Amino acid sequence: MNPLNQVEGRAIPLGLKNCDTDVIIPAHWLKTVSREGLGKGAFETLRTDPDNLFDSAEFQGSPILIGGDNFGCGSSREHAAWAIGDLGIRVVIAPSYSDIFSGNAVKNGILPLVLPQEAVDRLMEVAQTDPISVDLEAQTVTTPFQDRFRFEIDPFRKMCLLGGLDEISITEQSDAAIAAHEEKISSNQPWMIPAAQ
Amino acid sequence: MTKARTLYEKIWDAHVVEQRPDGTCLIFIDRHLVHEVTSPQAFAGLRAAGRKVRRPDLTLAVPDHNVPTTARRDAAGNKLPITDAESAAQLAALAKNAPDFGIRYIEETALEQGIVHVVGPEQGFSLPGATIVCGDSHTACHGGIGALAFGIGTSEVEHVLATQTLLLQPAKTMEVRVEGEVGPAVSAKDIILHITGVIGAAGGTGHVIEYTGSAIRSLSIEGRLTISNMAIEGGARAGLIAPDDVTFAYLKDRPYAPKGDDWDAAVAYWKSLATDAGATYDKTVIINAADIAPSVTWGTSPEDVVPITGMVPDPASFADPSKQIAAAKSLEYMGLTPGTKLSDVEVQNIFIGSCTNSRIEDMRAAAAILKGRKKADNVKWAIVVPGSGLVKAQAEAEGLDKIFIDAGLEWREPGCSACLAMNPDKVPAGERCASTSNRNFVGRQGPGARTHLVSPAMAAAAAVTGKLTDVRELMA
Ligand code: SF4
Repeated sequence: MNPLNQVEGRAIPLGLKNCDTDVIIPAHWLKTVSREGLGKGAFETLRTDPDNLFDSAEFQGSPILIGGDNFGCGSSREHAAWAIGDLGIRVVIAPSYSDIFSGNAVKNGILPLVLPQEAVDRLMEVAQTDPISVDLEAQTVTTPFQDRFRFEIDPFRKMCLLGGLDEISITEQSDAAIAAHEEKISSNQPWMIPAAQ
Repeated sequence: MTKARTLYEKIWDAHVVEQRPDGTCLIFIDRHLVHEVTSPQAFAGLRAAGRKVRRPDLTLAVPDHNVPTTARRDAAGNKLPITDAESAAQLAALAKNAPDFGIRYIEETALEQGIVHVVGPEQGFSLPGATIVCGDSHTACHGGIGALAFGIGTSEVEHVLATQTLLLQPAKTMEVRVEGEVGPAVSAKDIILHITGVIGAAGGTGHVIEYTGSAIRSLSIEGRLTISNMAIEGGARAGLIAPDDVTFAYLKDRPYAPKGDDWDAAVAYWKSLATDAGATYDKTVIINAADIAPSVTWGTSPEDVVPITGMVPDPASFADPSKQIAAAKSLEYMGLTPGTKLSDVEVQNIFIGSCTNSRIEDMRAAAAILKGRKKADNVKWAIVVPGSGLVKAQAEAEGLDKIFIDAGLEWREPGCSACLAMNPDKVPAGERCASTSNRNFVGRQGPGARTHLVSPAMAAAAAVTGKLTDVRELMA
């Protein structure tokens, strides 16, 4: 995973409230056995409109996407995070996310940045014409117009994103604790383990 | 004295392997369900890193999302090939990955095959008090038997396969209490549609919802699974219904359920899980069961619910300006005008199935309405897709398949089918479908498809009249 710290560039001002994962990547794109190449299908239904933001010359290669409340709701498909990442987006900014989407985003090196609605509205305005800067270490979002918004992030997520860390290797360090839990279940609740069939 | 705890807190506490300084916990996962769509990349990741599956014995794989619902064997009993190359590749990947990693696998032609969330409880693989995950958001379904069950993404699937744990933040708790008795023809589906309308599609975000109250207690397990299935439509991480004697009776003697002394020990433990008197939830919503009518969605968010006796709302009637915009967009997509009576809306397609409504009771409820009736001529496509091979066999033993076929509906093989249109079952663009599934999102049932979420009895009623219909009118 690529480490993420400072991201600067144009932000796609999508805004859309309750933008679900079917909108981010329609189900027919899920028929893949690989993680790559999903950017082509990202926001496909919105992109049938010839004037859509994603295909406009202005927002090509934008590293930031601004969404609305409850971004990434609906289906748990991680393909949504892969598709957004494949578009080159490293940061999504929205007032709130579905829990599943924000977890998936972090695991794929994308920062699901939360700011209050007023701040998001202001950034939507700036994004029409100017770039936005995100600094994960400092936990700030700034614009060329002296706007400066501080955001909160769970320290563990921050560490994973900054270091580009793989969660499985972190968890493997807890092997002894996992084994102890397994031992406790087999002796106290043996019925919890399904019989071999 | 120990602190009074909710059902959620008891299950959570029993699964904490380790707590990090920031409050994140490493949680042990008791059951992992795997299907073909969200697992190939996880298995590929394991292979690339040279990792094994830590607990194949706690893992069960079954294909469901893109298996065709047409016949799977020819007259001679040979397996029929799957024509869609990409679907075939995903199915082949699971059929290889499961045995390669030593995981139990129910193949698509087995009698036990079905939608993963129907199969788990039906096989007794899903148990009360267990933590259950699957790479599918409707894993919340298993909360209907009192399991803490939630959907995960593919990286998490890989994480669980490798470590049998997940790193999670504790959720907040929300109680949705439905008190009293529902009116005639009001099913579990109507209850959960109504709840979603009341709390909104983001109402449960960050929370685990426990459904309580007399209207929930009096539901069968099938009904409880329907309720918990759609916890995610209210934005919640998971749904929960406390296990009770109804749950125990449902699970007893299921293939993977505990047997003999183990069973007694399990039941004793399950009984201890109910929320303690005096425990508090972060949020409580109280609903009067008598207020719930047979319900239907008009828009493209599951919160867009009205009683079937209602009208398509005017976007201007919503207080929230962003909801006004969303509602206007929904109506445009749905091809509806404000003020139209829902019961005047014609439908061309009927889908009875999905992990929300494909269990035996759902089949019975639809058949009760269709018995001795025919589908309307304007209904071009009407399919009934049982949730598993066992549901299918049971329905056929009861003669329900004949009722459906005589009424002009198609009786299919089990799978997800038109719920998400990954297999050939799709609703054509611009056409409407009365669907018993759980999502009415744009394009969910096929590009341009217009979905109205309803109960099985309501879908059957729509099949008969060719319009969204108050099922109570057909029950006189
Ligand atoms: S039936 Fe629909 S909601 Fe249920 S698991 Fe299948 S696709 Fe998901």
